[in-house]
Amino acid sequence: MPQVSLTVNGRSHTAEVEGRTLLVELLREGMGLTGTHVGCDTSQCGACVVHIDGESVKSCSILAIQANGCAVTTIEGIAEADGTLHPMQAMFREHHALQCGFCTPGMVMSAIDLVQMHPEGLTEDEIRHGLEGNLCRCTGYHNIVKAIAAAWPIMHGKELPLAAE
Amino acid sequence: MYDFTYTKPSSIPAAVQALGADIEAKALAGGQTFIPVLKQRLNKPSAIVDLADLGLRGIAADDKTITIGAMTTHHQIETSEDIKRMLPGLAKMASWIGDTQVRHRGTMGGSLANNDPSACYPAAVLALNATIHTDHRSIAADDFFQGMFTTALEPGELITAIEFPIAEKTSYEKFRNPASRYAMVGVFVAKTAAGVRVAVTGAGQGGVFRHTAMEQALSANFSADAITGITTPSDGLNGDIHASPEYRAHLIGVMARRAVAAA
Ligand SMILES: Cc1cc2nc3c(=O)[nH]c(=O)nc-3n(C[C@H](O)[C@H](O)[C@H](O)COP(=O)(O)OP(=O)(O)OC[C@H]3O[C@@H](n4cnc5c(N)ncnc54)[C@H](O)[C@@H]3O)c2cc1C
Ligand code: FES
Ligand code: FES
Repeated sequence: MPQVSLTVNGRSHTAEVEGRTLLVELLREGMGLTGTHVGCDTSQCGACVVHIDGESVKSCSILAIQANGCAVTTIEGIAEADGTLHPMQAMFREHHALQCGFCTPGMVMSAIDLVQMHPEGLTEDEIRHGLEGNLCRCTGYHNIVKAIAAAWPIMHGKELPLAAE
Repeated sequence: MYDFTYTKPSSIPAAVQALGADIEAKALAGGQTFIPVLKQRLNKPSAIVDLADLGLRGIAADDKTITIGAMTTHHQIETSEDIKRMLPGLAKMASWIGDTQVRHRGTMGGSLANNDPSACYPAAVLALNATIHTDHRSIAADDFFQGMFTTALEPGELITAIEFPIAEKTSYEKFRNPASRYAMVGVFVAKTAAGVRVAVTGAGQGGVFRHTAMEQALSANFSADAITGITTPSDGLNGDIHASPEYRAHLIGVMARRAVAAA
């Protein structure tokens, strides 16, 4: 069986996988990192979003072996070692941006990437467009958009130039 | 998903050889179409040949052309300063494909090889009359698209790059299927010294096609008014639960006028 070596949340990891093993299967079943969810399995919902080398991707649509040699970050890897939440997690809590929480890991991972990709600022429209790959069946998105706008200044250490509602 | 063997060759000849040696072997680019297909067991390849290490990622521009490597992602295309400046319609098109996560993985080569009738890039490639370079030849856009999910590619032939001539004006407007985000109707308009070309995706039963009546009118007068009276026959257009052929015919006119107005 092919071997895959990758870094997950800063730790190196080597595993035997089948060619067809999906990255999300390696994370959840192989490594017990069940924070990454599988909502649809058809590339639509974004519950499975993780970062590969800093870019948000759907881990249900990537073979584990394609991530060979890459650095993967999951929802378990973003808080600080002492448990201090990542600013995006803290703002999701603060703004009540989750109800059942099923979509939340993927939302948070997509949102972090979105804020990082836009150091120049983010409008409400851009946040909504940027979340198109993530479906939420509970919140109606409004508080998620608020949480992301609130996390932007903390992550960039300055005021958000174009304030989102 | 059925299992398969996986290889990741590091040269184009090695990849072509791996695909040629086994008719059931398939190429893997961004996997954003192919992996969902495999999960549904709609395809059963014996081997997967990953194209990620062939050096096909990148964008090169001179004053006449922009050449895009087959493995260049939609995200790289939407954020390329050269493409935004020289072919803004193409950058905008890339920025509206799927979602951020799909755009981080999905590639131009994969989209063109697949030739989904509702995919976006075929409209840009046909309207700009781009050239598709493969491992052993070059194919003009006019000859490349041969009906839905069908192209001029031979089995095992690899797209290596797509070469776009620069145009004076480019613009793309798409009426998105709100669930899948694919084009229900997409219209790309390109104005060059040689005239105007208009390509329509998402609508035709045979995939992307040129709208010659609009091309003639726009070559004479490049304005939305010039095509206001031009209707599109609904024969040969797709009808499904999302839109009837008549509705798609109507949308072609609306998207074309918006594209010209925004160009
Ligand atoms: C949720 C979602 C929304 C989407 N929305 C849109 C949209 O709005 N518009 C749109 O246009 N597309 C859309 N797509 C499709 C997306 O653009 C895909 O990335 C693209 O169609 C396929 O590219 P890929 O690199 O992922 O190819 P893959 O899935 O890896 O491959 C597709 C096919 O092409 C073959 N192939 C790949 N590369 C080559 C090559 N270089 N030479 C020869 N054959 C090759 C493969 O063997 C396979 O048969 C969407 C996809 C998803 C999941
Ligand atoms: S589980 Fe991956 S997109 Fe839904
Ligand atoms: S909080 Fe329930 S799906 Fe988003």
